[in-house]
Amino acid sequence: MFYREAGDFKTSYVDDNQTFPIKFDRYRYYVVLVAAFAVIPFLLNDYWVNAVFLPFLIYSIAAIGLNILVGYCGQVSLGTGGFMAVGAYACYKLMVAFPEISIFFHVIISGGITALVCVLFGLPSLRIKGFYLAVATLAAQFFLVWLFNRVGWFYNYSASGQINAPERTVFGIAVTGAQNPPWSAYLFCLVFTVACAIIARNLTRGMAGRKWMAIRDMDIAAEIIGVNPLKAKLTAFAVSGFFVGISGALFFSVYLGAVEVGEAFGINKSFLVLFMVIIGGLGSIFGSFAGAAFLVLLPVLLKNVLVGGLGWPTDLAAHLEFMIVGSLIIVFLIAEPHGLAQLWRVAKEKLRLWPFPH
Amino acid sequence: MNDMSAETTVTADGRKIGGVVMEMKNITLRFGGVVAIKDISFDIREGEIRAIIGPNGAGKSSMLNVISGFYHPQEGEVWYKGQKRPPMKPYQVAQQGIARTFQNIALFEGMSVLDNVMTGRIRQMKTGLLAQALWKGRAEAEEVENRAAVEKIIDFLEIQHIRKTPVSRLPYGLKKRVELARALAAEPSILLLDEPMAGMNVEEKEDMSRFILDVNDEFGTTIALIEHDMGVVMDLSDRVVVMDYGKKIGDGTPDEVRSNQAVIDAYLGVAHD
Repeated sequence: MFYREAGDFKTSYVDDNQTFPIKFDRYRYYVVLVAAFAVIPFLLNDYWVNAVFLPFLIYSIAAIGLNILVGYCGQVSLGTGGFMAVGAYACYKLMVAFPEISIFFHVIISGGITALVCVLFGLPSLRIKGFYLAVATLAAQFFLVWLFNRVGWFYNYSASGQINAPERTVFGIAVTGAQNPPWSAYLFCLVFTVACAIIARNLTRGMAGRKWMAIRDMDIAAEIIGVNPLKAKLTAFAVSGFFVGISGALFFSVYLGAVEVGEAFGINKSFLVLFMVIIGGLGSIFGSFAGAAFLVLLPVLLKNVLVGGLGWPTDLAAHLEFMIVGSLIIVFLIAEPHGLAQLWRVAKEKLRLWPFPH
Repeated sequence: MNDMSAETTVTADGRKIGGVVMEMKNITLRFGGVVAIKDISFDIREGEIRAIIGPNGAGKSSMLNVISGFYHPQEGEVWYKGQKRPPMKPYQVAQQGIARTFQNIALFEGMSVLDNVMTGRIRQMKTGLLAQALWKGRAEAEEVENRAAVEKIIDFLEIQHIRKTPVSRLPYGLKKRVELARALAAEPSILLLDEPMAGMNVEEKEDMSRFILDVNDEFGTTIALIEHDMGVVMDLSDRVVVMDYGKKIGDGTPDEVRSNQAVIDAYLGVAHD
């Protein structure tokens, strides 16, 4: 009823180009933003932040990054875990080496470093495509994890081989370390998530995004109308690496605090983020959020229902959780191969006309 | 060598045809032992509609691919705007202002019509990645400016009603038109059309012919096209190159070509006795 575009005429190309062309959508977006920044921080406790919000926000950034590469530019990557590790270790080295600089910049610079590494491993994409490229990025995954395991310089020769995030503050409030209040870590990640989503949206609706999608849809035609395939693919790797690096840095510094590379950034992580992108919807920013929410929230929800609600033993619930999440993924992909974003789109199409059939 | 100073002629219907804008000199293209194009020379003059015709496998599409930088001939030279063109990648050729359409439609199926046509504006849109990430300011201004130019072309080709439709949902005839729009959006100095009317019915062919003539008339775009429908070719084009088995067997106005014995033989066959 309210979800209408009738009567909402666009009189300029700027209006026509906006992210949420329908008024209702736009207001919903503002409401979500206000709630996320001004309401949720007051309601938080440790459990909610660590089990739900932090992983959701951080994985969303990683999913957006991978979605740019896989969903928009069509270059399949299985190296996400490795690239997140680059972000994490870059952030660690920066935090330790320059304690006087705000961690805010450390995270951004870690993104930049990851972008460079990602471009380096993206170079083979100029010659190989599809599955073969996916296998080539696997090399990045294994090489990077090996590197951070073996070369002591990266973990400052600590005896355990782990890296630990020292306490750092933003505006005098701790966001990393053991003593930080839950809301500060949440807000810190939220700022990055919102900024990354807006940047990703801006890039994908403009010429950069069109070049990526052109390469994805038909690379030969793209080249003949003037897209430089080398540049288009490498910028996709760079932008994707930037986001993935930021998520890796946050994952280590704010969320986990202490990281052992093989455990935190193994091949499982690559697959997890790839699943988020596929389930959420390839080539959709909203889909990245939806996918991250699905794979982060569903296990938490199931655990709460099975253990908390039904009182089943924890180990039984943990196994059931795997089975249920796995089968739900299959059901979803059969019902809607284009992911949650497509379901959302179809729902919106229907809402536009509701309650009338045509 | 520069023939640009050469005579400007005016056609019967009042269009101006300028000097030579592109010249192919003794082009030979081989794939292993197969000679696809053998020692062919011809020129394209500014503002004209130049047709390349010939039976199947004559090397017409290969010729177009040489022009758009997709194939690199073993021998011969391509001269563009009075300069010899070094071997180039296709995207560099496009940046020089040569746009083309394909025999089998090569649109970006996952994008809307508008995005497809906007992609054609690559040559005109230069803001960097950082400005685009910020969006407000330079990137948005450029987007709006180019959107206005694209809307003119969308208007011209009468595809306003489908501008937000994903290309994958369109019927064949419209897809061809969108592809033409995408090529036109680049404001090319030469527009290459590879069988723009293949697989169309009579009405769609008439529409397409009208658009081609209008484009040439309105924007003064130089057009080189490959087409199988003889009626269409003879009606549309100012000059025709005829190819057969990779060789040039005729070149001239439609009337000259029609009465050329070698051309008649190639199309109708000759008795071998």
